[in-house]
Amino acid sequence: MAVFILKKDMKRVVITGMGIYSCIGKNLSEVKESLYNGTSGIVFDEERISFGYRSSLTGKVEEPDLKNLLSRRERISMGEEASYAYVATLEALEYAKIDAAFLAKNEVGILYGNDSTAKSVIESVDKIREKKDTTLVGSGAIFKAMNSTVTMNLSTIFKLTGVNFTISAACASGSHAIGMAYQLIKSGLQDCIICGGVQEINKWAMGSFDGLGVFATQIEDPTKASRPFDKDRNGLVPSGGAATLVVESYESAVKRGAPIIAEILGYGFSSNGEHISTPNVDGPSIAMRKALEQAAIDPKDIDYVNAHATSTPVGDANEAKAIFEVFGENGPYVSATKSMTGHECWMAGASEVIYSLLMMQHSFIAPTINLENPDEDASKLNLVNKTLDKKIDVFLSNSFGFGGTNSALIIKKMP
Amino acid sequence: MTKEFIVEKINHLLVDEFEVEETDIIPEANLKETLALDSLDFVDLVVAIEANFGIKLVGEDFLNVNTLQDFYNLIESKFN
Repeated sequence: MAVFILKKDMKRVVITGMGIYSCIGKNLSEVKESLYNGTSGIVFDEERISFGYRSSLTGKVEEPDLKNLLSRRERISMGEEASYAYVATLEALEYAKIDAAFLAKNEVGILYGNDSTAKSVIESVDKIREKKDTTLVGSGAIFKAMNSTVTMNLSTIFKLTGVNFTISAACASGSHAIGMAYQLIKSGLQDCIICGGVQEINKWAMGSFDGLGVFATQIEDPTKASRPFDKDRNGLVPSGGAATLVVESYESAVKRGAPIIAEILGYGFSSNGEHISTPNVDGPSIAMRKALEQAAIDPKDIDYVNAHATSTPVGDANEAKAIFEVFGENGPYVSATKSMTGHECWMAGASEVIYSLLMMQHSFIAPTINLENPDEDASKLNLVNKTLDKKIDVFLSNSFGFGGTNSALIIKKMP
Repeated sequence: MTKEFIVEKINHLLVDEFEVEETDIIPEANLKETLALDSLDFVDLVVAIEANFGIKLVGEDFLNVNTLQDFYNLIESKFN
């Protein structure tokens, strides 16, 4: 039976919690400082070169030690991805004032973006090869190695009873996860959803990506390597971690006295329908326009665009063209936080919403560090390359991925 | 391999790797009810026994294993 939801019955969707574990900080406070100060989280990992990589550059954050937080049974099913996501989610739930008692009495869901578990898959297959006995891989291997590792582990640990699945959409996974949560809440199917994105950081996960020749190879100073929109960019820098948001209906947030950070106004999506890796201009433009239409706001109402801009020549140029096409002359401020974080891939769409929310909360626009000479397309944008103290009321966050998947989210400050 | 060595080694494994409470480690303790080991933990017991004793257990080995004493006996029987 088809269910039609009248526009008047649509719920307002707000963000009531956020948590982050990234290469520029292990919590919101550290990340806010890094964003304000333009601090890079990019380092050398020389092991990658001996492994066969072209580039040794990566964002880096250590795996958290969960021994005192979770039981052996819980930990044994968690790989790098679930560990990062768990720490980010603890911070997000605390922020949202959601505790175990609330989760026991209310239907809370989880939607998380993830698109690989390379390290866990390889470790378990290596073990089976060595032992020639599948039993000896241990009971946790399957739960670490499935792509839904974050949603299966966190839903079990936090005893969640709502929607529960993983979104795989390449480097737009985290953004689409928030978009899906927004849609489910807006339509009244769920009241509260934990959502976000995660990205493993290890040499097994990124080798085939490095093989495409799209990673930056500047080797003098790792912090200068990621330079979105700059003429001298020569590729992206892989990175990772986890970012979690608590998204819920306005009514639910008000009813329980939750801190309301912002309202999600629009989620636009599209698919390029062209090349598997080369981005175009129309797809991102359509996603941004759909988000604006859904938000029912004029492009001039957007104060800030957090660009997807990964620091690849074609990707940045096409996004710059798309932003210019949608916003025209004298458009919103634009910056690329990937200049500091590197490309957090499956996590990026969620982390960049959090970076933008932190800017919104603290009234500043984080710089695109290393942006010294914008290229022709970028120079038409209102680019920020030095921290700007500026009030943000509404921002748009872009995320694009392989296969031509595009997502644009529009978020407004509350109250 | 002495019986005492087997008992001591298994007890250490349970406390260190399986985080079983030391006070619960008594021969008559039921593996499932007292030590709270579930079906997945039994898979990891097979892994731990292989790593520590060099013997491979299979599912059927556990058919008559209810208590910790039964488990000690099972491992001891593999060396006889």
